[in-house]
Amino acid sequence: MTRLLDVENLTLQFDTDEGRITAVENVSFDLEAGEVMGLVGESGSGKSVTAKALMKLNPGNAHYGENTKIDLHLEDGSVDIMSLKTNKEMEIVRGCAISMIFQEPMASFAPAITIGDQMVEQLLIHTDLNKKQARDLSIEMLDRVGISDAAHRFKQFAFELSGGMRQRAMISMALSTSPKQLIADEPTTALDVTIQAQVIDLMKDLVAEFGMGIIFITHDLGVVAQTCDKVAVMYLGRLIEQGPVREVIRNPKHPYTKGLLDALPRLDDLDAPLIPVPGDIPSPLERPAGCVFNNRCAVAIEGRCTVEVPKFTQVDATHSVACHFAAEALK
Amino acid sequence: MSDKPLISARDLSVHYPLRGGIIGPKPVVRAVETVNVDIAAGSFFGLVGESGSGKTTFGRALLRAAPITNGHVQYNDDEVEYDLATVDKNQLKDYRKRAQLIFQDPYAALSPRMTVRDIIAEPLQVMGLTKSREETDERVREIAAKCRLNVEHLRRFPHAFSGGQRQRISIARALVSRPKFVVADESVAALDVSIQADVLNLLKSIQLEMGLTFLFISHDLSVVAHICDHVAVMYLGRLVETAPTRELFASPKHPYTKALLSAIPSLDPDDRGKVQKLEGEIPSPTNPPPGCKFQTRCPMAQDHCRKVEPKLENAGGEHEVACHRWRELLETT
Repeated sequence: MTRLLDVENLTLQFDTDEGRITAVENVSFDLEAGEVMGLVGESGSGKSVTAKALMKLNPGNAHYGENTKIDLHLEDGSVDIMSLKTNKEMEIVRGCAISMIFQEPMASFAPAITIGDQMVEQLLIHTDLNKKQARDLSIEMLDRVGISDAAHRFKQFAFELSGGMRQRAMISMALSTSPKQLIADEPTTALDVTIQAQVIDLMKDLVAEFGMGIIFITHDLGVVAQTCDKVAVMYLGRLIEQGPVREVIRNPKHPYTKGLLDALPRLDDLDAPLIPVPGDIPSPLERPAGCVFNNRCAVAIEGRCTVEVPKFTQVDATHSVACHFAAEALK
Repeated sequence: MSDKPLISARDLSVHYPLRGGIIGPKPVVRAVETVNVDIAAGSFFGLVGESGSGKTTFGRALLRAAPITNGHVQYNDDEVEYDLATVDKNQLKDYRKRAQLIFQDPYAALSPRMTVRDIIAEPLQVMGLTKSREETDERVREIAAKCRLNVEHLRRFPHAFSGGQRQRISIARALVSRPKFVVADESVAALDVSIQADVLNLLKSIQLEMGLTFLFISHDLSVVAHICDHVAVMYLGRLVETAPTRELFASPKHPYTKALLSAIPSLDPDDRGKVQKLEGEIPSPTNPPPGCKFQTRCPMAQDHCRKVEPKLENAGGEHEVACHRWRELLETT
């Protein structure tokens, strides 16, 4: 496998009326080509912001940390994304080397422009194709993701398609520029389970075919178990555990990961009580000192977890966790 | 608990007229079509289906918040008995106290300009259930405590609360008039899993404590499996299967229920590829297919299914299923 993406010490802060808030802090991960990484966490944990940072798609009040380093390795050399400044420079990554699938396909398509025109537009920007070729490729892509009568759908508007169909169109649009890296932000959350199963299957086929790397943002651990190779769990802007899917789901080390799994209603054991993670995710304005999870954690050690930020400890070669308690237990 | 069901729907249909159709009969959307359901007093009744299956409309019809086109809905608690299809104005007013709705989105359901206390107190004042401000405050505090909101919370505005807390406020508001019957429409769908478990546990404990009857509408079968004691599955306005929860999850009989169950992503990474895939999408209710409504997506459909619509029939005990082939399929699998 070849390394596709290296993210080191990604820190991202936003200036707001209430002061500067930290949305992402010292997040590091990497991704190989053809690998699917799940990014999991509650709303407010910073998973979308992290993904958007890979394309510097955050608003003007965003500040990146000094040590932040994002390298995208393409065939003709690496791109240091942090060094890209103007929109013109960003074009090679946005929508071209990196594509994104959004959660709400209805909100992501322009309502007054046909699906086809939107697909052609981005191809004209990012590739050397002429209008006719772009049109043919778009229709071919629509067909590829299982949209029947693609030539007809090409001329339709987003509102004329059903939810599942819109999400397929979104996927075909994201893939038509042959990106190396795909970011899927909750692509199945708004869909029914039966449609979700179809979309997940489609995405698996496409990874196998195109060999790109995927970052799959979701809050559904079931979806992660079914689609991802590895998983990174985020909480309040920090990564707290990462490793191969089997390891993290079967052998979670961080109390938060365990809590998420316990809170999930499981079909194989209907008598198991649902154990909520106590409390709510705090506002980023009130981030707890030390371990960010300490005020909801059942095993937090006073004076240690409330003061000292836990470092990553290796559980084994590929599985690591940021927790004082887990680190003690591993010794 | 009485033996008679609290809610009993008989051939309940809700149709909405569509614009257009100058020639011939006016087109209608058959959102709910001849549904028969009994909801026992004190039960936690689950209603599942994809979007567009008519589950929300059905829930609203039971509250008389959607027009009942055909059929009857009998409401019967120990004090009163109403037929919701024919209730008069005063009876309906009384029914509003007895039946309440908890909404899906706790961010949209609460007025941003009212304090939590006023939000919870509003139903009491509108329905004239309390005589003095002290009495109102007393009732509000009582229900707030049950929903784990403290006195400090009551003075604040909704924006200060997280999703889970807001949902607890909506629950308190729905329960303050001491209803007997509550429709919870996708009440945990907007919440994170870690919070969802907390709200589900709260609903369950309140139900036991206050002796409520819940209609729990959800698209999430794993949630329904955990909280409900009876489940009904809807597809395109029809009830396709209903059974006690354990029975339904242990031995689903309708091909649609089977497909829904197998589409839930398993938490076991080695379980991949076992999904029994369902092709296509739910048809439009304005133009439903002939015969069994599920035939366009059903892997088991035969000619007979394409012509004749199956009726709900008993499949042993309280298990009912609307499928021509359920007996045969039982033998083959």
